[in-house]
Amino acid sequence: MSTSHSASRDVSPEPVHMTGAQALIASLEAADVDVVFGIPGGAILPAYDPLMDSSKVRHILVRHEQGAGHAAEGYASATGRVGVCMATSGPGATNLVTPIADAYMDSVPMVAITGQVPSASIGTDAFQEADIRGITMPITKHSFLITDPAQIPKAIAEAFHLASTGRPGPVLVDIAKDALQAQTTFIWPESIDLPGYNPRTRPHSKQIREAAKLILSSRQPVLYVGGGVIRANASASLRVLAELTGIPVVTTLMARGAFPDSHTQHLGMPGMHGTVAAVGALQKADLLITLGARFDDRVTGKLSSFAPNAAIIHADIDPAEIGKNREADIPIVGDAAEVITELIAAINAEIELGNIGDYAGWWLQLNRLRETYPLGYDLPTDGTLSPQYVIERLGIISGPESIYAAGVGQHQMWAAQFIGYEYPGTWLNSGGAGTMGYSVPAAMGAKVGCPDKTVWAIDGDGCFQMTNQELATCTINDIPIKVALINNSSLGMVRQWQTLFYNERYSNTDLESHRFPDFVKLAEAYGAYGLQCDNHESVDATIEKALSLNDAPVVIDFVVHRDAMVWPMVAAGTGNDEILYARSLAPDWGSDD
Amino acid sequence: MSRHTLSVLVEDQPGVLARVSSLFSRRGFNIESLAVGPTELPDVSRMTIVVNVEDLPLEQVTKQLNKLVNVLKIVELDAQASVQREILLVKVNADLESRSHILETVQLFRAKVVDVAQDAVTIEATGAHDKLEALLKVLEPFGIRELVQSGMVAMGRGSRSISDRSGRPSEKTT
Repeated sequence: MSTSHSASRDVSPEPVHMTGAQALIASLEAADVDVVFGIPGGAILPAYDPLMDSSKVRHILVRHEQGAGHAAEGYASATGRVGVCMATSGPGATNLVTPIADAYMDSVPMVAITGQVPSASIGTDAFQEADIRGITMPITKHSFLITDPAQIPKAIAEAFHLASTGRPGPVLVDIAKDALQAQTTFIWPESIDLPGYNPRTRPHSKQIREAAKLILSSRQPVLYVGGGVIRANASASLRVLAELTGIPVVTTLMARGAFPDSHTQHLGMPGMHGTVAAVGALQKADLLITLGARFDDRVTGKLSSFAPNAAIIHADIDPAEIGKNREADIPIVGDAAEVITELIAAINAEIELGNIGDYAGWWLQLNRLRETYPLGYDLPTDGTLSPQYVIERLGIISGPESIYAAGVGQHQMWAAQFIGYEYPGTWLNSGGAGTMGYSVPAAMGAKVGCPDKTVWAIDGDGCFQMTNQELATCTINDIPIKVALINNSSLGMVRQWQTLFYNERYSNTDLESHRFPDFVKLAEAYGAYGLQCDNHESVDATIEKALSLNDAPVVIDFVVHRDAMVWPMVAAGTGNDEILYARSLAPDWGSDD
Repeated sequence: MSRHTLSVLVEDQPGVLARVSSLFSRRGFNIESLAVGPTELPDVSRMTIVVNVEDLPLEQVTKQLNKLVNVLKIVELDAQASVQREILLVKVNADLESRSHILETVQLFRAKVVDVAQDAVTIEATGAHDKLEALLKVLEPFGIRELVQSGMVAMGRGSRSISDRSGRPSEKTT
């Protein structure tokens, strides 16, 4: 992420008289905002008046504030720019809480602007009053409550700086209605002055040298790559580092696309539903080179048995991540791109001294795992449609140039497993928070940011029914996303856990969505194309048909088998060594370690 | 568990106390005492936070505190290398018979009587945590009617100031 302190773009520093609301819009223009997702309401209304006149800022009127927030996230994750959402006070603001929490967990650069009741009414339980700054304190990188119109440009400039630098994250700017209405002078700050905020991007050179030596002396190293590599735009240099050293790579759920899936050094995704090779590599490693990852419980399984023999190099822009879950032998605080660049230089220097890594034996082990336990699935014996097959075909037919935004659950895991990602920013999902309903609005935001790309929402029937009203937004605003609805008529992942851990007692997971709603009619009601597919033979043709329809959103209702399960799986609370390749089938780790 | 004293310099902004205290509660540990007040620098407040935690979670919470944009600097003050003081007001039963004993105790602890009523006295004492605990133990038999105690404030010994170059990037350390 850029650490430039210059906030000014092409804005004259000369003071101009205007209202606070005009100053807000002028500030958004100065911050190079091209799109805002939002809904007006009483307290934010003054801002919507000058917004109507802005030629630079496009406002997209969503149908629910949650949609605005996830759209801002999707926009940000696909483009690398700051996503912006706007809502009014009270319930408008509280409806943003879920996407703000989501953006916080997944380090998404986002600025949320909310109207607040007039400053004289703050604290009186006024109509549509909520202490949104207080509510969002634990889920924002920072938050502002502005009651003085003169502070609006400074707050907006600081918000964009905070959201996009260091470890990215959401920033909330809550503005009292009277501050929007009052006259003020607009002065865009020439520089940012935040004495308590100084993210360290440049890694310590001694730590880098130590890391280089440890990497080359290790025998069983793994590059454990997290979403920080994508946020830092470090994919290209990661590839150089991987190829220079020949070390195997695993990419976490947040890092899918950071390293090409087609690359021979890629072992796939680690974690609860990771590949046996990726999980096994971490467990047997003698060194983890951790880049922008945070030892999340979904990756480590039971922490005490995670990678028991591995020394840890942990590089992260956020010092608080280092040592949080797993102690680091070599902690490196810095931006992933700078860390990787310097590691490459340090490793090259070691290689020139004749210090060369030898991982041949390691690769023998890993290749055996990879060949013995590839990702796969069984087709349903009753002839119903396999959800994994649908997702696999979608990835092949639409290709790696497309953007895929998933909801949360089984379809998300299958989309992470069975689509081949080649580029960063092509896989969007709610990793940390696990927010059902993320997919449709996130795909909408991504399509707005990348109008020339094919953008798929891969969604479940449960998730889709949480936020599908944004299809209206898509149709009306000419945002032709495509939705692959993996309709298994259930809350599938919860049902899978009930199958495995609750004696197949399916308490409240049957959505009956093979009956209601009629998703084809629902799509058509929203002005989208509605297609349906329930057999293997017509999967390809249906996907191709959807790809040919670009003048409106498309929804494909893939009516799939409901008992399909996500494998491999490390059950919650157990160690990674207890991974099951399929039900009751533990991999043979071999005796060669 | 061990006792740690953190001195935290913060920007004097609305909400900063809530940010700091909620961070402690969210990370699951109790603040034993907290005192906030102005410093020699305008716009900078100082919090003295006493917590009972292991070293590792303390490091984590310190790092999390450092991420708060309004936090300028955090220093852990070692008990030996700093002056640590709390203030205590205690209202003790004091009839004619016990009054002289109480006054003797007050003198021994270099405390002072700040209010006298017919059957009670109010005592003010400052000192380190242990001293005030000892005083209370001695006063207890007389009957304590009311007790109020401040959070600890603390300052490093020697000539250096905690706010020297505070807020400069390289100085935002744990």
